[in-house]
Amino acid sequence: MAVATLALFGFLLAMYLWLWKIGLLGGIACGTGSCEAVQFSEHAVMFGIPVAFFGVVGYLGLLITSLAGLQPAWIDRREPAILLATISGVGVAFSGYLTYLEAVVIEAWCRWCLVSAAIIGMIFLTALAELWARVRTEALFTGSSA
Amino acid sequence: MAQSVNLKPFYVALGVVAVAGGAWIVSAAGGKTVTIPEIATGAAFSGYTLGSDSAKVEIIEYADFQCPACAMFTILTSPDVRSRLVNTGRVRWTFRDFPLPIHPKAPVAHLAAACAGDQGQFWAMHDQLFYNQGAWVQGRTRKLVDGYAQVIGLEMSEFKQCMSDQRHVDRIAATRNAGQQLGVSSTPSFIIGDQLIAGSISIDKFIEFVERAERANEQQ
Repeated sequence: MAVATLALFGFLLAMYLWLWKIGLLGGIACGTGSCEAVQFSEHAVMFGIPVAFFGVVGYLGLLITSLAGLQPAWIDRREPAILLATISGVGVAFSGYLTYLEAVVIEAWCRWCLVSAAIIGMIFLTALAELWARVRTEALFTGSSA
Repeated sequence: MAQSVNLKPFYVALGVVAVAGGAWIVSAAGGKTVTIPEIATGAAFSGYTLGSDSAKVEIIEYADFQCPACAMFTILTSPDVRSRLVNTGRVRWTFRDFPLPIHPKAPVAHLAAACAGDQGQFWAMHDQLFYNQGAWVQGRTRKLVDGYAQVIGLEMSEFKQCMSDQRHVDRIAATRNAGQQLGVSSTPSFIIGDQLIAGSISIDKFIEFVERAERANEQQ
């Protein structure tokens, strides 16, 4: 449930940044940050696609997977937890790269991007903890039935 | 192994967050609007215009040729605005330069458009620059811009002289400064009547703002 909640927040945030990037929103609400400098930089687009759109897709994938994992058919299986840890692991690596670009190449900080990096980091840690707990539980049950 | 948990409250809470977040995004989609002083729309350079001088409403666009959102607006929304509002005589469209400091290639592009404007081809160059933005931003800008000048039929020696003289650089900077004084801080921004709208808006929103400005004009 924690992953689904975090993924929903991440999805809304990425959607906001993506819609702004493609020109459908007004001025970006960024406080004292430099969101525009980051979003207007050449690194805000990869393979012709706005970086924020990768976030939209990634968070949506995490949301769907986490909700599917709560369903009776999947709740006792470890596959959703593995998938969550994998997707969020890729997300953490990607966010780490983007944060590096902000710090070293662009030399400007987009606070929404940092919030997204924090969210994906929390999802990854939560997914890992969940996977670890599941593996331990399965080991206990396997041990007790042997 | 699994405990039976009632997920209904969780789904409800998740739904509330989704609706609230969606509403927040939709509310931002109308563009941020502020009321500007009545006298403030005047500037030393009035801008490049499209449409009838007798149109009752003027829309002033502040744009940066290197701004992706401006290009997106020009490609996706502007054709509708031109056909439904400008070509029908309801609106006179005015373009004003607002090159952002974070865009290193914008000054060349704005200068090229102004030099094309000297030969009466501002809008042709405007469209070339926005439709080919990806190319000249990534590639050899001057060479590509010269190519666009040839495509739209400019007299090349005059165009190149204008570019090398940097003839319009001061005027472009002045236009940008005047825009800043009006409160423009991002691109694209639009002035419709007494409203400054930051960010691109849909054709329906444009029509809404134009109708509002028309009503305000009638009341005066």
